[in-house]
Amino acid sequence: MFEFFKGFGVTFSTMFKKVVTEEYPENFPPAAPRYHGRHQLNRHPDGLEKCVGCELCAWACPADAIYVEGGDNTDEERYSPGERYGAVYQINYLRCIGCGLCIEACPTRSLTMTNFYEMADDDRQNLIYTKEQLMAPLLPGMEQPPHPMRLGDSELDYYVQGPSLEKVDVTAVAAEAGR
Amino acid sequence: MTLAQDASTDTDPVPEGHVRLTIDGRVIDAPKGELLIRTCERLGIIVPRFCDHPLLDPAGACRQCLVEVEMGGRPMPKPQASCTMTVADGMVVKTQHTSPVAEKAQAGVMELLLINHPLDCPICDKGGECPLQNQAMTSGRTDSRFTETKRTFPKPLPISSQVLLDRERCVLCQRCTRFSEEIAGDPFIELLERGAEQQVGVADDKPFQSYFSGNTIQICPVGALTSAAYRFRSRPFDLRSTPGVGEHDSGGGAIRVDTRRGTVLRRLAGNDPEVNEEWIDDRTRFAFRYLSSAGRITRPMVRGADGVLAETSWTDALAVAAQGLAAAKEGGIGVLAGGRLTVEDAYAYAKFARVAAGTNDVDFRARPHSAEELDFLAGHVVGQGPEVLSYTRLEAAPAVLCVALEPEEEAPLVFLRLHKAVRKHGQQVFHLGQWTTPAVERTSRGTGAASPAAKDNLIPAVPGAEAAVLAALPSHVVDALRGGGLGGGGVVLVGERAAEVPGLYSAVSALAARTGAVVGWVPRRAGDRGALEAGAVPTLLPGGRPVGDARARAEVEALWQLPSGSLPSLPGRGTAEILTAAADGELAALVVGGVDPYDLADPAAAITALREVGFLVSLEMHTSAVTELADVVLPVAPDAHRAGSYVNWEGRRRPFEPALDASGVLPDCRVLDTLAVEMDVDLFTQTPAAAAGELERLGARTGAAPAAPAVPAGEPRRPASPGQAVLATWRQLVDHASLSVDEPALAGTARPALVRVNAATAERLGLTEGAPATVRTARGMITLPVALTDLPDGVVWLPGNSGDSRVRALLGAGHGDLVEVTA
Repeated sequence: MFEFFKGFGVTFSTMFKKVVTEEYPENFPPAAPRYHGRHQLNRHPDGLEKCVGCELCAWACPADAIYVEGGDNTDEERYSPGERYGAVYQINYLRCIGCGLCIEACPTRSLTMTNFYEMADDDRQNLIYTKEQLMAPLLPGMEQPPHPMRLGDSELDYYVQGPSLEKVDVTAVAAEAGR
Repeated sequence: MTLAQDASTDTDPVPEGHVRLTIDGRVIDAPKGELLIRTCERLGIIVPRFCDHPLLDPAGACRQCLVEVEMGGRPMPKPQASCTMTVADGMVVKTQHTSPVAEKAQAGVMELLLINHPLDCPICDKGGECPLQNQAMTSGRTDSRFTETKRTFPKPLPISSQVLLDRERCVLCQRCTRFSEEIAGDPFIELLERGAEQQVGVADDKPFQSYFSGNTIQICPVGALTSAAYRFRSRPFDLRSTPGVGEHDSGGGAIRVDTRRGTVLRRLAGNDPEVNEEWIDDRTRFAFRYLSSAGRITRPMVRGADGVLAETSWTDALAVAAQGLAAAKEGGIGVLAGGRLTVEDAYAYAKFARVAAGTNDVDFRARPHSAEELDFLAGHVVGQGPEVLSYTRLEAAPAVLCVALEPEEEAPLVFLRLHKAVRKHGQQVFHLGQWTTPAVERTSRGTGAASPAAKDNLIPAVPGAEAAVLAALPSHVVDALRGGGLGGGGVVLVGERAAEVPGLYSAVSALAARTGAVVGWVPRRAGDRGALEAGAVPTLLPGGRPVGDARARAEVEALWQLPSGSLPSLPGRGTAEILTAAADGELAALVVGGVDPYDLADPAAAITALREVGFLVSLEMHTSAVTELADVVLPVAPDAHRAGSYVNWEGRRRPFEPALDASGVLPDCRVLDTLAVEMDVDLFTQTPAAAAGELERLGARTGAAPAAPAVPAGEPRRPASPGQAVLATWRQLVDHASLSVDEPALAGTARPALVRVNAATAERLGLTEGAPATVRTARGMITLPVALTDLPDGVVWLPGNSGDSRVRALLGAGHGDLVEVTA
């Protein structure tokens, strides 16, 4: 008889505990700060792409989910500081296991991961994300490439002064340089 | 490589010319003079090294190969560089495997080399195939003790349009400078500065314009030299490598074709000690973008009723072509094969002409030619293999005479051998030519242009007078070719330009008979020699059988399963005669392979003939002057997409396999076979292997070689007025060749296009050095800056197809013709 009440006791006590059920999708809680969500290809403060098309992310990927083709920057058509940029960039989210090794491999901090995780679809083709989908949005002061280097004369200026550039008002720097 | 046998006991006698030493406790006999590092290699002991290269002289520059050496029971005070030390009797050597001293020394050198080497392996082109990376990973420190800022240089430094230098990565092994000095002989790069600032560099006014600069990129043991065309394109582990053969010249150099995602990304020199050793020229290395150039034809095209070429299906195009050719058979069909064919394709053209077109009007010579040349080829060249004259034999010859051949421009691998022979064996190389070209200078035994020896090895001749000069050679040249009176030994190399000089082939033949020298024919194009063997010539059937010989025809008929007497017995016409006949309506149709009309002696007449002929079928890779006029255009496969083989100038078969997917494109032999089937005959050349097999079964001719030609030496043209000069011309290695398209970095290393005259002639014509001069014929004119050179009086030299100097297309003139020259 006691066993009977003991069992119901568990049920009853649960009624006073905090509910763990997530009301998804009505309620959309943020993931943990360092959650391995969808990738993003970052930009320099003037909008130039950080990706140099080195393909190290593709090489680091244990699931072979990343495909990169590099291209040559020219003075007329410049997408990133330096010689090369990622002309084609695809991540296949059917294959991606979210391990984050690509992020570790990236030498320019171009590839990072966001907290966004809603990547389900009923069409396999749609789950191969292209460069346009992965590029970070243009923030204020950024300009859609191709355009010349606004924040220095060579790629070194971008990399050496990178941290400080992040904090300054880009439009002011570009205006000051008279470009 | 054979491993050396350990000498079993100390009591065995040491073989003659050998010494006995101990390496890591093992006793070994080594030939005197062998480098210690090689002896270790033969024992299977790998001593790490960067500067050491078996084909370069020892330098001891990188100090990575330090070993401990004991001589006569006394240890040497410091570790010794095993790449510069030769073996000696009683030496006791301890490598890093047995000696802590050597191991520590090597680790120290490695740490020193890495002090200023950037840690950019992940983005370095060499990463993955880098000796420095490999050795740092296997035996280097796991962490760095160096905390200071590394020395940096601005990078990349373009030392030519093709070669980029990254000085931070350089470990100063001097492989590149030694290659330039010793192998190519054009030291454009040198070590500059001293100490920590020491670096490889070029003179400000002289970029690295060598035809062999690509080899320095390949032998660089770090990523200091990179190629503009390959930089950042790929990593070694992405690439799929296929052995191949150079298709740009007749040298037959072994190459390695590296592909990725269906495109060729780079080509490297293969290692074939018998042919190209480990070197190739830059055109063979870099000129492969023609595979993806805008002009590539990928679909068959037929000219419709509206006169416009339109893409169509293979079945339609072949049916139209076969119908047109069958209708034209009565009127006669001419076949122009072109000089870029593999031997299998050339065989298909030869058989197509004989069997499907029923004619001997087939010729591979897409350049000025002569009947004398055919006689010479039939008598001296066809059927000869490397057992008669090879690179090895050429290198060993005491004296070589180049006739109407500019080895560096036309056959760079031959030039490398001649340069090596001059340097290593003191070979005497004579050039029957017009001026002291860079090749003449660098194959002389003296140094520099100013030295008298440089002039000694040039035998100058006015264009057209070469035959007469050859008949009256200076006695020291004749003696040298005789091998210093020992009978034979010398080699005479003759180039395709000889066909433009009447009597020159006969004079070469007579000279060979007089001196016992071996004759080698070095054509410029890769396919010429193979086409000759395959019978794509008007007077010879496959295997060098004369068409006039009934027994030879019967042999071929038997194998081709033709009714007896069905092969045409009259000798056919050469390229120029075929085109004349087509223009006059004597031939109703032409089948044209890879022929550029602007390479022919008279381009205007060739274009007229192609336009006038009733029916024109073109088998081409790219749109050209021929495809513009053709009724049917059939695309053919480039080498990267097919198997096949070339026959190089030695007569050596050089087979290759497809580097890229072979589906979707057809080689010439397959296209011709299918075309012939549509015409109701079968060639049995569906695949290159089938064609090669049949050619193999045919074998060589059994009869004696026909007599060599005996054409009297021609007279050079004499300028009629003071403003005239005799034109000397040949093509440069890097020029407007149809297979060198879309390669701006390579084109940047081309030699400049200049008009060359000597000082006296310049004064007479009123020309000044550096100022423009105009060379004119009735057809057109060429204006280029003047350079004063040691040409004979009254002779003007132009590059054949470089820069603005398209001699045949613009002037309609050739070697030995008269031109007007004005300031």
